[in-house]
Amino acid sequence: MPRRFSNNSSNDTSSNSPSFTPSSGKGGFSIKAPSVKSHRLSQFFSTSPKSSRVEPQPSQAAPQSTGANPSNVTPISSASLSLPTISLSTATADNPNMDEMPTTLFQPPTPEEARRLAKQHAQFGPIGHPSHRYSSRHPGGVFPEPVMDEPPYYYLLTTYISYLILIAFGHVRDFFGKRFREENYRHLKPRNGYGALNSDFDNFYVRRLKLRINDCFERPTTGVPGRNITLIDRATDDHNHHFYETGTTTDTLNLSSYNYLGFAQSEGPCADQAEESVRKYGIATPSTRAEAGTQDLHVEVEELIARFVGKESSMIFSMGFGTNANVFPALVGKGDLLISDELNHASIRFGARLSGASIAMFKHNDMRDLELKLREAISQGQPRTHRPWKKILVVVEGLYSMEGSMCNLPGLVALKHRYKFNLFVDEAHSIGAIGPKGRGVCDYFSIDTQEVDVLMGTLTKSFGANGGYIAADKAMIDKLRATNSGMLYGEAPAPAILTQISCALRIINGELVPGQGEDRLQRLAFNSRYLRLGLKRLGFIVYGHDDSPIIPLLLFNPAKMPAFSHEMLRRKISVVVVGYPATPLVSSRARFCVSAAHTKDDLDRVLAACDEIGNVLQLKFSTGIAGGALPPTEEMAPPPEMEKEWHRKRSENLTPPRWRIEDVIRRGVQDVKSPLY
Amino acid sequence: MDIQETQRLLSEYLHELANLFHRVPGSAIFLRYVKSSYQDDPIRSAVELFLFLFAVRYLLAPKYSTKPGVVSLSEDEIDDLVDEWTPEPLVGRPNTLEEMEVEKRTVIVGPVGPKSKLANGRTVTNLASYNFYNFNTNETLKESAIQTLRNYGVGPCGPRGFYGNQDVHMKTEADVASFLGTAACIMYSQAFSTIPSVIPAFSKRGDIIVADKGVSFAIRKGIQISRSIVRWYEHNDMEDLERVLAKVTKEQARKPLTRRFIITEGLFESYGDMVDLPKIIELRLKYKFRLILDETWSFGVLGRTGRGVTEHQNVDAAEVDMIVGSLAGPLVAGGGFCAGSEEIVHHQRISAAAYTFSAALPALLSTTASACIDLLQNNPDTVSQLREYTKALRAQLDPRSDWMSCTSATENPILILTIKPEVVTSKKLSYEDQQFLLQDVVDECLANGVLISRLKTLEDNFQPKQFVPAALKVCVTIGLTKKEIEKSGTIIRHAITKVLSKKK
Repeated sequence: MPRRFSNNSSNDTSSNSPSFTPSSGKGGFSIKAPSVKSHRLSQFFSTSPKSSRVEPQPSQAAPQSTGANPSNVTPISSASLSLPTISLSTATADNPNMDEMPTTLFQPPTPEEARRLAKQHAQFGPIGHPSHRYSSRHPGGVFPEPVMDEPPYYYLLTTYISYLILIAFGHVRDFFGKRFREENYRHLKPRNGYGALNSDFDNFYVRRLKLRINDCFERPTTGVPGRNITLIDRATDDHNHHFYETGTTTDTLNLSSYNYLGFAQSEGPCADQAEESVRKYGIATPSTRAEAGTQDLHVEVEELIARFVGKESSMIFSMGFGTNANVFPALVGKGDLLISDELNHASIRFGARLSGASIAMFKHNDMRDLELKLREAISQGQPRTHRPWKKILVVVEGLYSMEGSMCNLPGLVALKHRYKFNLFVDEAHSIGAIGPKGRGVCDYFSIDTQEVDVLMGTLTKSFGANGGYIAADKAMIDKLRATNSGMLYGEAPAPAILTQISCALRIINGELVPGQGEDRLQRLAFNSRYLRLGLKRLGFIVYGHDDSPIIPLLLFNPAKMPAFSHEMLRRKISVVVVGYPATPLVSSRARFCVSAAHTKDDLDRVLAACDEIGNVLQLKFSTGIAGGALPPTEEMAPPPEMEKEWHRKRSENLTPPRWRIEDVIRRGVQDVKSPLY
Repeated sequence: MDIQETQRLLSEYLHELANLFHRVPGSAIFLRYVKSSYQDDPIRSAVELFLFLFAVRYLLAPKYSTKPGVVSLSEDEIDDLVDEWTPEPLVGRPNTLEEMEVEKRTVIVGPVGPKSKLANGRTVTNLASYNFYNFNTNETLKESAIQTLRNYGVGPCGPRGFYGNQDVHMKTEADVASFLGTAACIMYSQAFSTIPSVIPAFSKRGDIIVADKGVSFAIRKGIQISRSIVRWYEHNDMEDLERVLAKVTKEQARKPLTRRFIITEGLFESYGDMVDLPKIIELRLKYKFRLILDETWSFGVLGRTGRGVTEHQNVDAAEVDMIVGSLAGPLVAGGGFCAGSEEIVHHQRISAAAYTFSAALPALLSTTASACIDLLQNNPDTVSQLREYTKALRAQLDPRSDWMSCTSATENPILILTIKPEVVTSKKLSYEDQQFLLQDVVDECLANGVLISRLKTLEDNFQPKQFVPAALKVCVTIGLTKKEIEKSGTIIRHAITKVLSKKK
């Protein structure tokens, strides 16, 4: 079936652009023109986020990099969605009626119908081909550690130099600023007998580093954060201190929201039920859960969640951060030890600090380190007194939001049997997003949920609602209901939000609109693997496990963060860039959050954009140890089932993968279902 | 191989080594240095050699732990200890109070309104929700919420920093700021999580906090996590506050200037009484402290149009550095806010944990908050009607009951009722006894068709321990008629009398 490369970008039928079809395979992608090189150099040293200076370069580089495809230079506009997209889809997640004849092929829909469809598809894209599905499950055996590829030393060195330059410039500007522009530093100095509001030192990073790329953060949006997201355009006159809205909006492809299963929708069964719920129940539950804030809806959703995650009982809260922040004081206290993964989320650290328990950390996902820590803790007991610990609670996340890695649950359970600790798994990102039935890491690894003592998760992400839950045995939950401050003082979740949760859960269960839940889960699994494989093959360093819908793409140099963000925005793609202090100093990254609402064409668009930008920004520096290596010739390419062995044999002399974008797209769908080597 | 052969080989190697050494750049300098230093001072060379050998030995020494008191154990011993170790269960058994808490939970079926239907099928008068203005069943608000739902979906699917920053959030922030009369405002997605994040965003280790002894649980958590130096003053005692402030100022006179904060509430969660804001402003200006005012219970309630304690006591909101409040409760939305100067708000956008690391508030709750503020601003009558109802209900309870008294301020629509001290002493009631008795009162009221609640208390691990009185909590709502309110008041009073007089 002939598919357009990107249905959003080139709906304009007059520009006949069979972009990136296999036939146009001659287009080389290497940039060798010296003019570009000088641009790269100048860009490299430009630490300034001033887009006005950076912008012209890629527009010159883009035509060269795309080679024979002049059509791709035209800015991609998803605003043209309203045109009658020729829908060959046999199954859309929004439209359960799969047997409907695709009459729209021949009869253009009325403008009104087209608008409705466009809106629907902007929130949830129709599946391109039935093969674009996959069911993610741990194949068994030892869970592999994710391979952490490293860039050439040149990039590490330049990263450090970049930070040095930034810091030096910052200090020079501070030196003069504090003397000549004193009014800007007022909150950093003691004044009139009041201490400084913020510490000068702490504020340095914000003032001198983050401010430069402020336009990449807190971008205002409007409407549904679904497959597409509408950004409100803004500009600044005072170097990112303040922004003003320019009055226009931009529709972009959304790779930034945690909308894993695509439930961020303003129509469809969930929105209909939520509306019904507002009409019936009112807007809020104006009380705390313990006082008069428990309605039939709360009880129902708690039961649904407990059943969904496979625990006896559960309780829900109106905020995911608050769930973690309040539960730890109810679980552990003085004389208890809490062992936490070093990359755990801030909310876990917040709660752990409030609990009063001793806190130890182990290296991210390192089971050997955890075992060492456990042996030491149990044998040595509490510090100074050497009394044995009352209990030990190991806290991990199911899926780490900055790394894209999953916790090694089989390893943890094996250690748990030996060392008798309690296990707390924060499934903030993994619930709904991972496992053949979407039930989180236990489902993915086919591990009995009884092995995990407390399952925590958020309802913000996969379910498109808000809040968090804690699931455990009934006796435990009953005690926690009386001792968890979130229950006693936190406001209860609102009815519309509860209805959204219950509707999303029922859809995933298959109770509502049978087939759609499965469809969403399988599309998410396919999309995650497809984009990850594509990026690996193009030569990018990506972190994390194969089935994770969070795909961090490593940028390293700090100046590449705004450059990448701006370039993606110019191609109408919203991405999140993160740097220090959310990540280690050197490993700044862009993060893609894949959704079931994306189509393969969307991801191809992302891959093509990354390919171009990767060439310009010199981002393709993987060595191939993390996979994606290029078969020397077409004939030597191994069959998918043999691929693992084939790669093991080749692992001694790896050639860095630098696939051409056409090959990536051509082979993506078939290769995605084998292990991603 | 004889000795001579060995000697020859050895000297050959030595020669080669010397050659190699000479080829190393800078070796001449080193050699010259050693030679000259030996000639000048052989002891120095000896000391240097000793130091060199010591450094080599140090580097080659096995690693040892720097932790004190670590007992070195063999692997087998550790295995035995692991086998022996039996941890306690993760959570213990609930005590009787906690069991009661779970057992007596009321479940409302259908909407929360002035009359709510319970799970057992009965419809009761609801005086337990914070639905003071009965906005929850307001049709206009519902319609606007639905409209938002149809434009934005339910959840924003991301934190404010990463594409969860919707235009409705910015509008609500601006609305709250202009309503209060501050320069800026920042919104959090849960009221209870707001102040525990606001306090540590500003007050760090080494800073000084002077706080009221009666502050709410949330404020205590914020103070605890900030790890600042805390000085407490007696609940709502301005003289004691001045004494503490003077003492702190004297103590800190010779130390470098740190941030200093006074933290108090507008209407107190645990007592219901009101702060004396003008006096606190006077003291804070005199002693140069910043003021964090928690208006969780007073925002939307006090003042002519519900602007809170600043409007009620005629204080300019700009005099308060940070006003923290709730959009849940009377405003029937969700989330909390912190209003203040632009610098204060901007700083929180990067460093307040509950803002940066949490998903944004659902759009429909945000627009509801804006709409409710609009309603309050344009209808001062609703606020004055609430005050009238509060007076009517209070008249039924406080002066007329022999058993309980109300500690709330007269304007507070949440009536906190505690058992009179003379009753407690004459009947020798322990704290637990009081809680059980009050639960009996709640049950008795429910049997007569009025839903009220107990003031919830939770013991925490933060020293000094706080004493929160056992109390009943009755919330006024203008969704009822004045007669119904008065009748409910009578029912509550009779229930109190019935339960307390029975107790020997």
